[in-house]
Amino acid sequence: MNFEAVKSIYTFEMARMRRTLLQSVISPVITTSLYFIVFGTAIGSRIQTVEGVSYGAFITPGLIMLTLLTQCIGNGSIGIYFPKFTGTIYEILSAPVAMTEILLGYVGAAASKGLIIGLIILATASFFVDIRIAHPFMMVVFLVLTAVTFSLFGFIIGVWARNFEQLNVVPMLIVPPLTFLGGSFYSINMLPPFWQTVSHFNPVLYLVSGFRWSFYEIADVNPGISLAMIGFFLLLCLSVLGWMFKTGYRLRS
Amino acid sequence: MTPIISVQGLTKTYGNGFEALKGVDLDIKEGEILALLGPNGAGKTTLISIICGIVNPSGGKVLVDGHDVVKDFRRTRALIGLVPQELTTDQFETVWNTVSFSRGVYGYKPDPALIERVLKELSLWSKKDNMIRELSGGMKRRVLIAKALSHEPRVLFLDEPTAGVDVNLRREMWQVVEKLRESGVTIILTTHYIEEAEEIADRVGVINGGELLLLEDKKTLMKKLGRKQLRLELAEPMTSLPESLAGYNLALSEDGSALLHEYHGDEAQGTVPSLLNRLAQENIHFKDLSTRQSTLEDIFVALVGEKA
Repeated sequence: MNFEAVKSIYTFEMARMRRTLLQSVISPVITTSLYFIVFGTAIGSRIQTVEGVSYGAFITPGLIMLTLLTQCIGNGSIGIYFPKFTGTIYEILSAPVAMTEILLGYVGAAASKGLIIGLIILATASFFVDIRIAHPFMMVVFLVLTAVTFSLFGFIIGVWARNFEQLNVVPMLIVPPLTFLGGSFYSINMLPPFWQTVSHFNPVLYLVSGFRWSFYEIADVNPGISLAMIGFFLLLCLSVLGWMFKTGYRLRS
Repeated sequence: MTPIISVQGLTKTYGNGFEALKGVDLDIKEGEILALLGPNGAGKTTLISIICGIVNPSGGKVLVDGHDVVKDFRRTRALIGLVPQELTTDQFETVWNTVSFSRGVYGYKPDPALIERVLKELSLWSKKDNMIRELSGGMKRRVLIAKALSHEPRVLFLDEPTAGVDVNLRREMWQVVEKLRESGVTIILTTHYIEEAEEIADRVGVINGGELLLLEDKKTLMKKLGRKQLRLELAEPMTSLPESLAGYNLALSEDGSALLHEYHGDEAQGTVPSLLNRLAQENIHFKDLSTRQSTLEDIFVALVGEKA
């Protein structure tokens, strides 16, 4: 195991986050604060409570998930795509590092960034609403698993993408609708039965539901199923990556 | 002596069906400077990329210091440094950080003293805290060399080190290469500047169309294929060659003002003295003479042209 290489890639990626502090940390915090103001205060004042939880507090886990997914996919994909784009990837590919070590460095950094931002948003939210965390351990488990899984997913996109447009399709066009329709801002029990069924095909529903359960013990689906779904997606990403590394797909071909 | 790099029957066909390498065999000796010549698209970069592990081979194998580059990639890649053709750098990083990063990726613990030495040798020390985008093209090239040297490789690949570089920088690059060779590093460089191979290489390989057409000691090559030409500016122009000179490989220049004599530089008993004697006997006077040895370029053009 080439630990020095993993460490180098990890610190290099984290350094980029420090350099682009405004873009990578401040901007998601501002965006989330705006959600709180618009949804929590303006709309929340009319909705009052959802399943016994104040609306502002209810949407907090969903908002964290929304940012976590976007950030992890974004960071995970740009981390590997950018060297591919500028050509500096030659160095990593010609170094005595295994693909798994490269993955550890990039995905580790992307997941760390996602987690840091997720926690900052949680802290920000606590200024606006009363946050109660019923299962702190499970909250962290959901957070970490989601961060790792979606950073891996981002890495896959980064390897696959041939241009910036492809790179942005998933985080810009697919993640937001899935998150908005996955019960971030409402309980799917509030929907007509047909749309409740449709919602169950949305993977993000399981993330948001499980994560919210760790806060308020209210869930649209059983938290065990939520956990299993994240585990399933994690394995799926790992299998795809295993295949990519074995064949050298778009990296060494 | 076992070669430091041994390429055996190497083939590469890209996904789009392009056959970049068609069975290349090549042994590289430790400590030598080998120049790989070839036109664009000949397969030079593919060959280097496979040896360095960037591209997977389709067939054949490559051994570096006796280890297979695919199965034993950790050992082989640790021995190799690569300076790519394009100036690919992290524009927003400092020189110091980017060179230190390279050392880390190769699995070595930080060694500021070594990085300092490498940067000083490449005259980059004063720029160590500058962002790479602030540097000139020549400096960026040297940063890439510094990155490649950060893990003290035994073999260094320079892919087109002087492409698009002005004459002064090219000379400077050659000095860097010479210094590296003195420190015992084996150097493989690709180029399409024949002058470069002629100037610094020990051996020359010519690649075209994915095949190694030739691999020879530079001096032997120049001697073997090197034709010489003697040009005699006549005192009085001729309309045709005199019968008496028929035995010599002679030609008359177009305007009849000069005699051209082609000969091989390696002939022990050259034909030149006897030709000059003969001219004196025949009372053919000349006012000036010059000889010209064919360069690698002529050899190269002849070789590549033949196959094309």
